[in-house]
Amino acid sequence: MTDLVSIQGASTPARAGAPLLEVTDLSVTFPQRGGPDVNAVRGISYQVHKGEFLGIVGESGSGKSVSSLALMGLLPSSARVTGSIRFGGRSLLDLNDRQLSGIRGREISMIFQDPLSALTPVYTVGDQIAEALLLHDSALGKRAAQARAVELLKVVGIPAPERRAKAFPHEFSGGMRQRAMIAMAIANDPQLIIADEPTTALDVTIQAQILEVLEKAKELTGAAVVLITHDLGVVAGHADRIAVMYAGKLVENGTTTEVFAAPHMPYTIGLLRSVPNMQTAGTERLVPLEGRPPSLTALPRGCPFAARCPIAIDVCRETEPGLLVHGLTLSDELAAELAAEHVAACHRSDEIASGLLTRADVFPRPAPLAVQHSEARADAEPVLRVTGLVRHFPLTKGGVFSRQIGTVRAVDGVSFSIQAGQTLGLVGESGCGKSTTILEVLEMTRPQAGRILIDGKDVAGLGRAELLRLRRDVQIVFQDPMAALDPRLPIGDIIGEPLTVHGVKPDARQGRVAELLDLVGLDPQMADRYPHEFSGGQRQRIGIARALATNPRLVVLDEPVSALDVSIQAGVINLLEDLKEKLNLSYLFVAHDLAIVRQIADTVAVMYLGRIVEYGPVAEVFARPRHPYTQALISAAPIPDPVIERSRKRVLLEGDLPSPTEQIDGCNFRSRCPLYSLLADTDKALCETVDPVLRAHGQVETACHHVERNDLAISASLAGREDELAP
Amino acid sequence: MAFYIFRRFVNYFILSAIATCLAYVVASLALDPASKYYGRNPQPSQQTITNILNGLGVNPDVPVLERLWNWIVNLVVHGSLGNTVGGTSVVDQIVSRSGVSLRLLLIGSVIGAIVGVTLGVWGAVRQYKFSDQVVTYGSYLVFATPTFVIGVLLMIGATALNGAAGMQLINFTGEYSAGLSGSWWDLTADRAVHLLLPTVALVLIGAAGYSRYQRSVMLDVLSADYIRTARAKGRSRNAALVRHGVRVALIPMSTFFAYSFGTLVSGSIMLEIVFSFHGMGEFTLNAITQSDINAVAGSTLFLAVLVLFSSTLSEVLYAALDPRVRN
Amino acid sequence: MSLLEETNAAGGTPVATPAPGPATPDVIRSAKPLSRGRLIWRRLTQTSRFWAGAIAIAVILLWAILGPLLYPYDATGRDPLNMGLGPTQLHWFGTNNIGQDLYAQTLVGLQKSIVIGLIAGPLGTLIAAVVGSVAGYLGGVVDRVLVWCINLLLVLPSFILLVILSPLFKGLSWVFLTIFIAGFSWMIMAQVVRSQTRSLRDRDFVKAARYMGVPMPTILGRHIIPNIASLLIIDATLGVVASILAETGLSYFGFGIRAPDVSLGTLLAEGTSAAVTRPWLFVFPAGVLILTLFAVSLIGDALRDAVDPTSGVNRD
Repeated sequence: MTDLVSIQGASTPARAGAPLLEVTDLSVTFPQRGGPDVNAVRGISYQVHKGEFLGIVGESGSGKSVSSLALMGLLPSSARVTGSIRFGGRSLLDLNDRQLSGIRGREISMIFQDPLSALTPVYTVGDQIAEALLLHDSALGKRAAQARAVELLKVVGIPAPERRAKAFPHEFSGGMRQRAMIAMAIANDPQLIIADEPTTALDVTIQAQILEVLEKAKELTGAAVVLITHDLGVVAGHADRIAVMYAGKLVENGTTTEVFAAPHMPYTIGLLRSVPNMQTAGTERLVPLEGRPPSLTALPRGCPFAARCPIAIDVCRETEPGLLVHGLTLSDELAAELAAEHVAACHRSDEIASGLLTRADVFPRPAPLAVQHSEARADAEPVLRVTGLVRHFPLTKGGVFSRQIGTVRAVDGVSFSIQAGQTLGLVGESGCGKSTTILEVLEMTRPQAGRILIDGKDVAGLGRAELLRLRRDVQIVFQDPMAALDPRLPIGDIIGEPLTVHGVKPDARQGRVAELLDLVGLDPQMADRYPHEFSGGQRQRIGIARALATNPRLVVLDEPVSALDVSIQAGVINLLEDLKEKLNLSYLFVAHDLAIVRQIADTVAVMYLGRIVEYGPVAEVFARPRHPYTQALISAAPIPDPVIERSRKRVLLEGDLPSPTEQIDGCNFRSRCPLYSLLADTDKALCETVDPVLRAHGQVETACHHVERNDLAISASLAGREDELAP
Repeated sequence: MAFYIFRRFVNYFILSAIATCLAYVVASLALDPASKYYGRNPQPSQQTITNILNGLGVNPDVPVLERLWNWIVNLVVHGSLGNTVGGTSVVDQIVSRSGVSLRLLLIGSVIGAIVGVTLGVWGAVRQYKFSDQVVTYGSYLVFATPTFVIGVLLMIGATALNGAAGMQLINFTGEYSAGLSGSWWDLTADRAVHLLLPTVALVLIGAAGYSRYQRSVMLDVLSADYIRTARAKGRSRNAALVRHGVRVALIPMSTFFAYSFGTLVSGSIMLEIVFSFHGMGEFTLNAITQSDINAVAGSTLFLAVLVLFSSTLSEVLYAALDPRVRN
Repeated sequence: MSLLEETNAAGGTPVATPAPGPATPDVIRSAKPLSRGRLIWRRLTQTSRFWAGAIAIAVILLWAILGPLLYPYDATGRDPLNMGLGPTQLHWFGTNNIGQDLYAQTLVGLQKSIVIGLIAGPLGTLIAAVVGSVAGYLGGVVDRVLVWCINLLLVLPSFILLVILSPLFKGLSWVFLTIFIAGFSWMIMAQVVRSQTRSLRDRDFVKAARYMGVPMPTILGRHIIPNIASLLIIDATLGVVASILAETGLSYFGFGIRAPDVSLGTLLAEGTSAAVTRPWLFVFPAGVLILTLFAVSLIGDALRDAVDPTSGVNRD
């Protein structure tokens, strides 16, 4: 399936001439006090050509960040770096800190993950950008540098740049800080920009904006870009080439099209198959990629992926495969030329490349569940019914003589219900009030306004004993599996803790714990171990086991997989689906990852600024989003498929989430609404004065005055893109 | 920002006022000013003793809250803190003695802070290297040594030095050499020499505390992402540490300044006595031994005002250093 | 610190090595990794500082207990033939001007100072743990009141407060002095415990317990206190140092231990007047005191290092 012509056709920019960056056999080792060394990067080689966009993909611990910090010479002094890094004819590893300082920020610049901690809190944003300029241009005056900083802020799309340049980083939102970081990175027209997970800490709508700015920065400076990420979706739409890292090694490197269409390495195949795709999610089960990466302190012999690889053979456990071209029998000369095109490190890549082993052979899709989704009976009493829930926080200032300076409308009239055996997905950006909503449900106290009914009982009117009984029926699984388990208790005690509240005897508790461990796929023998002995995925299973201890009817899942590595997520999602069928559970599933919501939910509620703006069956909402916000959210979520990703219609949102303290008349989405700006003045007036309520449009309820005109925004954004592309 | 600092000031003011009142009450209950008169020979008559006690406003037969109220009224209306048992005005005593104490405290704490912060930054940057270890163990040694022991050991050392030099290189008893006459310059130099040893002792205490704290704050800052950003912009490691690191690491130091102030005050009180300075330390401790309630109340008020100013100063520093609290 | 986290995620000690052979999905197949307590113990025993401090303390304790038994003179008896003598074979640390043996006195003083330190240090930590965790966990009015009281106690230096209060325990035994010292040494630690508790209270595992309906005292005992235990142990250790310092300071200026009781503070006070002419009267008790406190500080510091996961790594 890989013939010469298609490979050459796929290589986007011509890779002629000497590469801009040439990494050869780079290794990084961290010595540990009183322990074995950590082999973070083990002999990787790759090239980046002028103007190329390379995506480096890998999970945590794969060495992707370490290898790029090595390029910059920013590793801790204890790190041992070997191999060679050639950039523009110089060998970077031979330069000292002073010489490297001359290159850093001028020829190579870097954008970091967390823009809050990456900016110095005590200097203004303008000063920090000007600093980058002044460091490399001694002729530039302070004033000129400030003026140029303002200009740069304007380039990266920060409104009112003159004023913003004088602001401190804490006065910026996450998205604006990342824009400022990009401004700093492009200040000196670098030849190479390294972006280390630049959008991981951001919401999807902001992520889409930042990726656009990054593309723009690349266009303006003509720089090559190395984008480091764990998200296949992010690279699919932007990168020319993809390098996949695993356990400190480069395991596959090729053009984006090639790697997505015909991966040669089983790890890449597993990764691609395990990620839920918003286009297909919900229709089939996810392919789990079991196990976890090996410890970098004690690597096994042979291929590091062998222990997780379904097609591993004896040779895989003996010798580590090299990074080679596969599927072709060519003369050496031609092979060498192609080596730059698509290489993989696997003993069986030839079989995969030639089609003898299909991707379904390598990672077969699990059989669908025996029990099909039971149809919700509309007449039955829902497990959870929330009506008109309100939670406002007073915003105070000062200690002893505090005064109220505003109100945070965290939850502002939210209603939904969940039937037995059903899953409601609650989605929205951070700050939309979804977490507050579930905390209100779990606290089981009288809400400020509205009602919470669990199994038809209003929590407001219940006594202590009744509440305790009700708590049995509602349990929670938290986002961060490390924070959710007390590090000082063995997992048996953690899982059994809910039972102690209800007076279950120790013997019975032990039996139940063993049962639960078995249920979530862990060895019951491990009950006396401590949380730190488990991997992230296993810890989340322990959290799920604890939630199931009291046989609840409803489990609240607060972003249960977002803290896990992508390859682990599928296994946990599948487990949740299995448990739901087996135990007839209901889930309240809170997430920002739309693909996962689509995979697991029956109904979806989209929240914006404390309100539900769209509410309906998941397939219908995703296929035909009616609210402009839902449209934007769905179109911002990246899809791990370069073909779809490049041909998608996008609705980009302007700006950030307004502060929840703001009192907005009319529709509170107006300030960012892509549709609003296209409306005639008379239609706009409606948005400005009347607060839209949820109204049924077919199966879906939507809070928008102009649902029937929602295609306007999509066609407008398409036209906008074409304008941009035209010279 | 001015409003913020004003609010903090009011908060500290209330705390200090209440603390002083409580100290007055506690001192009134704990001390028995009459006892020293009973021990006199010939013993004065009961009437005489009562008259003396009433004159001082410390008669234990008057309810303590009433005495407190009188004390406060006296302070607010007349600006008076009553008389000592020796018959002198407490305010006069404080005025004449506080200069000695403040000079030692101010010079010692400022130099101590500068030395400590420098050593802390140095230690963090050179973590686990030899110089860091020396500073670390040195500060633990200072922590393990009571203040007065440091003072006395310095005195022993100075005596040995004087002996070796065959002349009085370092004078350390009292604030100045009694009976010395000469130009203003000679007198000032004499005072400076007398101030040397107690200042060194106070600097040691201050620097030990500051350096440990600054080192740990600086270590956190070293691994901060913004240092990496600054280096990625093209700053060299050391320049990034100074321009971005030290500047941020100073912020928590302003809070530590307020915390450590109590230690320094106790330390300087002890040193005043060890070196026979006639300062507030001597005044306070003598007041306790002589069961002088007014003097005790006066000196606690003095300390409370010191603490009030140091706390407010630390808030001002904090706001000046950290833009995040300014609004 | 994404870098270290990243390397630790796969490279830290706790993560087990997958055994060769077909992988059973997601099951650890390795020897039981170290528990946290054992890990701290191992790190502790690997530091030379800890051993230096621990051995020194062990020797000092043995010396304080056994020393007087193996020495012919006691602390109160006088040797009229040898008054005001420097160190000799007969009187190891010399004698004072009324002929009392300084070695015997130093050992008795050391005993008293150590006992006071060992009681007052942990007692102060106990008060700090109770006040801090209750204030931090409950929040609201209780928290405000407790914090206010702490701030009030912090206005005046605790040494001054103890001096003002000293007439109250003038005639009483040293036990009251010990209690007073503990009573004025917990405030800063209570603030630390409070802020730790506040952050723990928002941790998911505490929330989980609350949503299960676990009562407050159980949450404090099961989740909060064990998670700040290392902090408390360190504070108790360093509290021993602080308490001994407070005791010697008070006794030195005549507000603490009084005759006929002897502590290192009273000995130092006696020795000061002659410190320049007969330095042994001051230097020997001072040396013993400094050595003891230095050894305890070393243990405290080593403990702090062992508990801190980032220690031992260059963090630049």
